[in-house]
Amino acid sequence: MKILLPRREWRRLRVGLLFASPWIVGFLGFTLYPIIASFYYSLHVYTTFGQPMQWVGFSNYRELLGQDKLFWVSLYNTAYMVILGVPFHIALAILLALLLNVKLRGVAIYRTIYYLPTIVPVVATSVLWLWIFNPEYGLINAGLSLLGLRGPGWLADPGLAKLALILMGSWTIGGTVVIFLAGLQDIPQQLYEAAMIDGAGLLQRVFYVTLPMLSPVIFFNFIIAVIGGFQTFTEAFIMTQGGPLDATLFYALYLYRNAFEFFKMPYASAMAWVLFLVVVTATIFVFRTSARFVYYEGDGSK
Amino acid sequence: MSRLDHSLSPAQTNQKELRGSLGTASWARQQQIGRAIGHVLLSVAGILFILPFFWLVSTSLKELDQIFTMPPIWIPNPIRWQNYPEALSYFPFLRQLRNTLIIALSSTGLTLISSTLVAFSFSRLRWVGRDLCFFLMLATMMLPYQVTMIPLFIIYRSLNWVNSFLPLIIPHAFGVPFFIFLLRQFFLSIPKDLDDAATIDGCLEVGILRHIILPLAKPALTTVALFQFLGSWNDFLGPLIYLNDPDKYTLPLGIQVFASTSGVQWGWMMAATTVLTVPVVVLFFFTQRTFIQGISVTGMKG
Repeated sequence: MKILLPRREWRRLRVGLLFASPWIVGFLGFTLYPIIASFYYSLHVYTTFGQPMQWVGFSNYRELLGQDKLFWVSLYNTAYMVILGVPFHIALAILLALLLNVKLRGVAIYRTIYYLPTIVPVVATSVLWLWIFNPEYGLINAGLSLLGLRGPGWLADPGLAKLALILMGSWTIGGTVVIFLAGLQDIPQQLYEAAMIDGAGLLQRVFYVTLPMLSPVIFFNFIIAVIGGFQTFTEAFIMTQGGPLDATLFYALYLYRNAFEFFKMPYASAMAWVLFLVVVTATIFVFRTSARFVYYEGDGSK
Repeated sequence: MSRLDHSLSPAQTNQKELRGSLGTASWARQQQIGRAIGHVLLSVAGILFILPFFWLVSTSLKELDQIFTMPPIWIPNPIRWQNYPEALSYFPFLRQLRNTLIIALSSTGLTLISSTLVAFSFSRLRWVGRDLCFFLMLATMMLPYQVTMIPLFIIYRSLNWVNSFLPLIIPHAFGVPFFIFLLRQFFLSIPKDLDDAATIDGCLEVGILRHIILPLAKPALTTVALFQFLGSWNDFLGPLIYLNDPDKYTLPLGIQVFASTSGVQWGWMMAATTVLTVPVVVLFFFTQRTFIQGISVTGMKG
């Protein structure tokens, strides 16, 4: 090493590593080791309590993918939330950000109001919305009855429970709105002027200037939301316990149950690894398809 | 009109130049209509966002017979403050508040120290392998928590840390990738010339960090402190996994357990939920600007 690096570089490396050492230790101990250990555990089963685990090869994975109906149910529920919920929330956030970007009076107040729900503890949000969704006395069905409609059972209705959670999720899109707003304010004026001169109307400007210019920010937040969507846990744990009829049994909830309620940690580890692979695959898929939709400035190939 | 200078509106500002061809009267009317629609949409959204908060506080002050009425009563009569002491006496509230504060404050302190050191190394120092490490760190930010959850639990159990605050505090001593990223972005914006000048004056790396970076980075450090405090205050999954004794619970966990056992006592549940929510809302109102800036910076990098 000393031969390859000049003396000064060598000192730089030492100092750099010293300052970065908390993260390096953390990475090795709290990330890398657990990922590997998780895979190792997933190839075992617990036999009797207190005894060492027994090697079973890939049989946990075979059971998971081949026999466990709840695994597929939870995967379906989670995919449902990601595929329906994420685009819906992103679209809503773009809409609000566009409205906020029209410099009307009082915009700062609106921004604060939209952002506020995102800082509320998720436990508080869940308990509150449990009450809001109450079929008989809840706020939403009260609103519907004003319109002369009979409100549904929401969280008690297997067909609606996931949609209810997506609806509730729109209450906490304020963070994304703020990010999109910052992105909108970075778009150079000249582009709009040029579009105007070319005779572009309002919608054309939104679709041919605003959205393409905002696309990298949208894309980044889309990925974050997809990864977050796969980890949906607390709302289901508190509000529905996975019910009714497993309609909100999400992947993370089923994993938690296997690990900490059924004490099948190796089995849960296999689930964690499948999740890991699913998330990596989903991310790669999004990245691959993004080339068509995302515009990076200064990137001639689009 | 002169204040309209962004995105949707910039386009409209530019109409000023084009209005000769459009006819001033029709243009002004179009402007007015557009602005009115914008206001209406923003305020409808604003009301929808704020309504759950009113519903929360209102329910927390109601008697049971006023809670179970349709259509709902917005202003409780009489106001039943008793819900608060009654709800809080059902679980060790003060004790759990203390626990939450201990965990949140020590996590915040550790995060500030460790993340600053690592961010300094990743931004101001040059060493072989730095960018690889930084890239690895970014990759770990995409890793679902569930992947490392079980091995970490097993590690902490073997250290006898389960049912103590340590698993919730100690990991913060190893740098939090999200905050390292945020601080790094901020440190990069500080002119490099300052470092060079200090080096010529005989300052070592520690000196540069102490005398140049830290004084200039106060806003970024405040953002990190706020986000971390909020994150610990709001955390649910961590305490759920690691704390099993009600006297050691944090507030969110305590309130979740309370809510899951208090049946139809919505007044109590909403009172407890309000108590959990008010501190973060107050904190937010005092530090709004920091929040909004912090979230804009971190969500933009594609």
